[in-house]
Amino acid sequence: MRDRKPTAPAQPADQTTTKRGKTSASLGPEIQAKIGKQLRAYYAGLIEPPPERFVELLRKLDKPVGEGPSE
Amino acid sequence: MKADLGVRESMLAAVPGLRAFAMSLCGKMDRADDLVQETLLRALTNIDSFEPGTNMSAWLFTILRNLFRSEYRKRRREVEDADGRLAESLKSPPDQQSHMEFEEFRVALAQLPPDQREALVLVGASGFSYEEAAQICGSAVGTIKSRVNRARTRLAELLAIEGASDLSPDSTTQAVLSGNDPA
Repeated sequence: MRDRKPTAPAQPADQTTTKRGKTSASLGPEIQAKIGKQLRAYYAGLIEPPPERFVELLRKLDKPVGEGPSE
Repeated sequence: MKADLGVRESMLAAVPGLRAFAMSLCGKMDRADDLVQETLLRALTNIDSFEPGTNMSAWLFTILRNLFRSEYRKRRREVEDADGRLAESLKSPPDQQSHMEFEEFRVALAQLPPDQREALVLVGASGFSYEEAAQICGSAVGTIKSRVNRARTRLAELLAIEGASDLSPDSTTQAVLSGNDPA
């Protein structure tokens, strides 16, 4: 005779959810700040004025699309 | 069809950020520029589907991100890019110290899985909210948050940023407790 009831679905979904807060808080604010600062410095190092070819490309906005290159 | 000056200007204004994002994703400036160019061409072709008044930058980032993703899937079969070495063609930032930090960070960032990298860059550097980043990546906000968290944790490991080591009084305390006077 089986007494086991299917009421315990053995899925700790709730626990995972409760624990998530702790896991994501494992990085202290000062570490997050450090990473954020380095990330922004890295990104800033990649920022340059747009190359002429893109400026040129966007000029096409003023021309009707589909007419091909006109002079 | 003729787009007004506002559209062109807002597209042009988004280009530096788009290039930086593309660079963060693919690691090579020439490829990043190809991605940006392709993005702008798509945007021009589909300018009618852009709703005026909505975020042009987010729209362009979405196009670029999707282009990168489909290209990435294609290329992964052809080229093994697993060593995570990025950006040989990069311009050097001004001084030596920041160049070293830049390099170190670049290498660490390249080791993150692409989905974590894009989430981190969008939220942490490109200036998008979690909601906007979720829209750009076609993911749930919660997914983006957890990717950003995992990316930060992994970066902290890779960059060997230790928990508050600068502020920790541990070494001093231990020295006092054990009677070891730092000579």
